[in-house]
Amino acid sequence: MEALLSNVDWSEIGWASWDTLVMVGMSLLFSVLIGLPIGVLLFLTGKRQLLEQPVAYAVLSFVVNVLRSVPFIILLIVMIPFTVMLIGTSLGVAGAIPPLVAGGAPFFARLVETSLREVDRGIIEATQAMGANVRQIILGALLPEALPGIIAGITVTAITLVSYAAMSGVIGGGGLGDLAIRFGYQRFQTDVMVITVALLVIFVQVLQMVGDRLVLYFSRK
Amino acid sequence: MIVFDQVQKSYQVGGRAIPALHPTDMTVETGEVFGIVGHSGAGKSTLVRLINLLEPPTGGRILIDDEDITGYNPAQLRAFRRKVGMIFQHFNLLSSKTVADNIAFPMKLAGIYSKTEIRERIEELLARVSLTDHANKYPSQLSGGQKQRVGIARALACRPTILLCDEATSALDPQTTQSVLKLLADINRELGLTIVLITHEMDVVRRVCDRVAVMDAGRVVEMGPVSDVFLHPQHPTTRDFVFESESIDHQELQEDLQKANGRILRLTFKGESTYQPLLGSVARKSGVDFSILSGRIDHIKDTPYGQLTLSLVGGDLNVAMQEFEAADVHVEVLR
Repeated sequence: MEALLSNVDWSEIGWASWDTLVMVGMSLLFSVLIGLPIGVLLFLTGKRQLLEQPVAYAVLSFVVNVLRSVPFIILLIVMIPFTVMLIGTSLGVAGAIPPLVAGGAPFFARLVETSLREVDRGIIEATQAMGANVRQIILGALLPEALPGIIAGITVTAITLVSYAAMSGVIGGGGLGDLAIRFGYQRFQTDVMVITVALLVIFVQVLQMVGDRLVLYFSRK
Repeated sequence: MIVFDQVQKSYQVGGRAIPALHPTDMTVETGEVFGIVGHSGAGKSTLVRLINLLEPPTGGRILIDDEDITGYNPAQLRAFRRKVGMIFQHFNLLSSKTVADNIAFPMKLAGIYSKTEIRERIEELLARVSLTDHANKYPSQLSGGQKQRVGIARALACRPTILLCDEATSALDPQTTQSVLKLLADINRELGLTIVLITHEMDVVRRVCDRVAVMDAGRVVEMGPVSDVFLHPQHPTTRDFVFESESIDHQELQEDLQKANGRILRLTFKGESTYQPLLGSVARKSGVDFSILSGRIDHIKDTPYGQLTLSLVGGDLNVAMQEFEAADVHVEVLR
């Protein structure tokens, strides 16, 4: 066992895991905070919706599509000057978070838009008939009804961010991905590679399980 | 009182205006149950949604208690909608809220009720719709009839003066339909609520409505008290609906009449005359023999009625006709 994992520095693995947790956690938080309102706006301004606004929808949709169509590895590099401007460095855990949010928020926004569209139009109509204004329709009916879908969306976004965070090792982002690239790839330490991959797999499994449980709890169907 | 003054509605489809409702005049009296019957696509859904402006009209005026609601600003409109309850074919309950929270929802939206008021009102409404034991269940745990009862309780929460029913029983089985209709009739009687209900079943109209409008292709083609429209339908669409509800096949009926001998009459009894033993006495006095070709006795809301198709042979037909008319029976000579 010792011989098999001779290159593995467990405290290093521990710190890298913590860094990955922080990167995923922070970027998920900001992705949700930014993506949720954008998703709601996309839904509301869409065709035959409450605040139908073809121009606003087209602009918003275009921005979201652009961010989503750039491969994340390119987005990481393109974002460097902006990241430096925002937090002073493009390296380490902090430097990885802005590009992660740039990748995660538009992704989550689309998922929010889709789950809002799945809410039965009759519910919106019934809420309107009760004399609700747009804000009340969103907060009182649409979001609670779409909650299971939104939670599923958060889970998918979190898992995407785990793989994005691993990629950020390429530009010196820190975390398990960084470890895998520096030791596992560049120094041919296969044992480190195996451990980091195993940890990432466990991480994703746990996220999916927790997400599924929450969806189940909140769907009253 | 709800008054439609040349109200019309059309939709813009590809630059062309497609009429959904041609200019329509209509009055619904306060406290009555007004039915709107029509096939799907006849415009009845549009018509009922014009009353609470879920669909804004493209022309005409809608007066509710002498106030033109088409000129309301958004805040006035929201306040007005709280006074108009609505129930739906597919119930449209919030699946994420319990029965009690669904009923509380319109009161919370209104923002003018205290927590205690809301709690007391929920108790009261749950009792009215006989769902007291189900307060903490979610809609998915209820049957269709129970869901519609929650819908009714929710619609009544803010003490509306008008209740709109959009095909409220169309998704329910016959037995549940009956109990929901009975509940609506009770509410109408006890609360003096004006009810406008749309349906494609004449039977629903017959059971609860005072007056009815029949719609076809975006127009009201016949309107009047249910007993008039039901017993003496004028427009072909109305006749279709009446025959449909009595499960009469028009073709078959004509064939049956072909085989019968002598005069064919249709007698319509209404009210007390329904229960008079009239046929025997008329036969004795006039000497005619009769055979019954078809017949039915039923109720229109609370009024009993009967309709008989007879063939008469021999005797003095004029005496028979006089006897029928003297007994306050409406006679129609079919052949």
